[in-house]
Amino acid sequence: MSAEDWEPVIGLEVHVQLATQSKAFSPSATRFGEPPNSLTDPLVLGLPGTLPVFNRRALELALVLGVATGSKIRARSRFARKHYFYPDLPKGYQISQYDEPLCEDGHLDVIVAGAVKRVKLQRIHLEEDAGKSMHAGNVSHVDLNRAGVPLVEVVTAPELSSAEEAAELMRSLHRLVRWLDISEADMEKGQMRCDANVSIRRRGEDRLGTRTELKNINSFRFVQAAVEHEIARQARILDEGGRIVQETRLWDADVGASAAMRSKEQAEDYRYFPDPDLPPLVVDGATMGGILRGLPELPSVRFERYVREGLSPDDARTLVGERALAEYFDATVKVHPGERSARTIANWLLTELLGALNADGKSIAESPLQPAQLSELVLLVEDGTISGKIGKDVFAETYQTGGSPRAIVEAKGLQQISDEATLTAIVDRVIAANPKQVEGYRGGKDGLFGFFVGQVMKETQGRANPVMTSDLLHKRLGR
Amino acid sequence: MIEWLGVGETARRIASGETRAIDVTEAFLARIAALDGKVGAYLAVAGDTARMQAEGIDRMRANNVPLPALAGVPIALKDVLVTRGLATTAASKILAGWIPPYDATVVEKLHAAGAIVLGKLNCDEFAMGSSTENSAYHKTHNPWDLARVPGGSSGGSSAAVAAGLCAASLGTDTGGSIRQPAALCGVVGVKPTYGRVSRHGVVAFASSLDQVGPLARTVGDAALVLETIAGFDPRDSTSLDAPVPKYRDALVGDIRGLRVGLPHEYFAADLDADVRAALERTKQALADRGAELIEIALPHTHLALPAYYLVAPAEASSNLARYDGVRYGARAEAGSLIEMYERSRGAGFGAEVKRRIMLGTYALRSGYYDQYYKKAQQVRALIKRDFDKAFQHVDVILTPTTPAPAFPFGAKSSPLDMYLADVFTLSCNLAGLPGASVPCGLTPGGLPIGAQLLGKALDEPTLLRAAAAIEAAVGLGDARPRGLPS
Repeated sequence: MSAEDWEPVIGLEVHVQLATQSKAFSPSATRFGEPPNSLTDPLVLGLPGTLPVFNRRALELALVLGVATGSKIRARSRFARKHYFYPDLPKGYQISQYDEPLCEDGHLDVIVAGAVKRVKLQRIHLEEDAGKSMHAGNVSHVDLNRAGVPLVEVVTAPELSSAEEAAELMRSLHRLVRWLDISEADMEKGQMRCDANVSIRRRGEDRLGTRTELKNINSFRFVQAAVEHEIARQARILDEGGRIVQETRLWDADVGASAAMRSKEQAEDYRYFPDPDLPPLVVDGATMGGILRGLPELPSVRFERYVREGLSPDDARTLVGERALAEYFDATVKVHPGERSARTIANWLLTELLGALNADGKSIAESPLQPAQLSELVLLVEDGTISGKIGKDVFAETYQTGGSPRAIVEAKGLQQISDEATLTAIVDRVIAANPKQVEGYRGGKDGLFGFFVGQVMKETQGRANPVMTSDLLHKRLGR
Repeated sequence: MIEWLGVGETARRIASGETRAIDVTEAFLARIAALDGKVGAYLAVAGDTARMQAEGIDRMRANNVPLPALAGVPIALKDVLVTRGLATTAASKILAGWIPPYDATVVEKLHAAGAIVLGKLNCDEFAMGSSTENSAYHKTHNPWDLARVPGGSSGGSSAAVAAGLCAASLGTDTGGSIRQPAALCGVVGVKPTYGRVSRHGVVAFASSLDQVGPLARTVGDAALVLETIAGFDPRDSTSLDAPVPKYRDALVGDIRGLRVGLPHEYFAADLDADVRAALERTKQALADRGAELIEIALPHTHLALPAYYLVAPAEASSNLARYDGVRYGARAEAGSLIEMYERSRGAGFGAEVKRRIMLGTYALRSGYYDQYYKKAQQVRALIKRDFDKAFQHVDVILTPTTPAPAFPFGAKSSPLDMYLADVFTLSCNLAGLPGASVPCGLTPGGLPIGAQLLGKALDEPTLLRAAAAIEAAVGLGDARPRGLPS
């Protein structure tokens, strides 16, 4: 059989760190990059007698995600203990949620090959992170700075059908949590990572194949690579008449391959039970009201609004890719309402400003050019005060010096020359000064037209109105 | 003898300047040095810090600083209560050498009240047992008969109070671990309503059942200590946010019209004859003082023991997972991680702790949760409903605390025999209600007998009022343990 005969079925379990100041159940800070074991307290260390006290901020952030994904929110959910022994799990159990998760039955839209696919989210639950183990030879070290950091685990239905879709789901979720300001989701800092459940079946078959779980995937690129690799591995085994073993496999990004970690028979029994140290987690009307009031316009909604307002779908998608960018855009539009087209603003923002920022390695939040300046610049171009070409020079200067575009135009006399008599005189002068080129053009050398435009621009330092220049040249040259 | 004055009187004398705190502390330290070799109540005596605290109280008094309620009163703590800078072992080898960096909330509250912490008291390992024989360190002897157990798991706490080795003590009660040893040692023990006293800094046995409470020689002293340690604690999510009454004000002595429930399930035919006789005298005394005795039924009582032995071990198996040799306590040398876990836990835990970890691990296995832990929780709800119904008709319930008086060392050789020693005290924890044991006489052989009182949630005042009436009518008065110098 060929690869196309197999249909992959993929589900993801994505862990996202919630952007709280302190840990999920104790007062230690959650910063990244601090000296090992400096962000600990008696609870994080699992000392005898310590008790968890839930950080309500983590609940609020999780609820924002629940609402934004259209999930059903449980008015009363529960924390459960998940047991396993490992040195970076100080209590011998992880506080998680099991049969009563905070959110269920949500969805997330993924754009694949130009089409929107709505992926069901089975659940979103709260839990705490474990610490980090580092192995060096026959010595192991444990850093508990990350232990107890609040996470949400987002579990999709097994509805993704390619590695590309899996990677897109990660991107979509990444965009959403950053948009909602509930996580920095910096994958290099481990703030977002995923496990993938992968199986394949013959196209047209209803029954699911045996699945494997891929662990330790921490970039968009690795999701795609790991899932692709697993699909190919399973297809090869089945093509050769073998059977898939239900197992957990560890993805090794350095090698670009996965290795079996443990089989179903070796799977741990986590002995879940409701944590008796924590009362049920109650979400009351006041809490929900606060969440709903504070919820920003979602990226998918804003995307549709932008398209409605005349932006190209590509530009709209780029803008909603980052909350700060979309906010910058909206702020620019608001400066001179209705006086410029949104499409033009988007062009200047996405081409000129992002180009300059990228070259400087800056983010939109660090832009030296403020929305008011960009708006003014676009206005100057759109009302014909300056040409687009001059506009780019003014942009560069405004970006560098931080001045007002209008002031720069006025100080340097960069206003576009749109006076017909003035332009006609210049055009006539150019024609008179270049008889050979006039003869050549009239003899059929169309390419010479650009030469005349160039000469007019040179005479005017680029300020000649390009449309009028072109019209006048055609008229005077007789073609 | 300063050592027998009790909490209230000691505090009064120190506050009035009749006695110096340091003299009180020195007297107790001397008595401990002289007698604890026979009793074995203490695991650690904190002489130096106790003297420093006492001298601090005396300086406060000299400088006319108002003294807090328990200023200068020597109190000792069951060794499952976490004490900053003072070794805390839970009577287990696995915590040998661990010096905590923080104080339990109840310890903070005692310090704030000016109490002197004399040291840490022996108990069954991780509070699992009914005789203190499960301590990994040594036996504790019943001061009334040194050949007998003091009860457990708070056996050090009850023996120390009975022997005059502290003015009062704190214990913990998961299934009777304050009330049963209090009964066996002839002292008063109170298990408050679940959530009334903070569990922050209490080495956990079974989180949904554990509760800290006082042991003292009088109901008044127990009330005074309870008042000090009770109250809402934001560091314990199961703590109750309710005001703490002045428990001493409840001890008015008048019980006229008090409706006392007598559940027939607790007075079965096989009840020890001496215990039965003592309870009869107690009932009569209550009736004589105007209480109304009402027969009641608690029909699910027989399910308390099996439910308890699913819930408590299940939670214990989880709570004790942290003792892995990685961060603190004893670590065994081994060639691999798994082997290190096995050896550390194998050597660190005693037989009863291992038995309960096994029971609990089994009960929580995937696929068995519904038929064990969940079922036990459902039984719990039934037991609670029994009490709710009963408390529609009565104010307080009277039962024997234990089926029999203190037993000799080694008498309960099978685990089940030992578990049955707590058969009357388990329901109270499963229902989260307050309970107390108060002495109600001696056997002809001179062993103390305890009467148990069970109350409505947060109704410790009524419980203590009834206890004070029993104390006045049939209590031990000035009787002191035999075999120890007074």
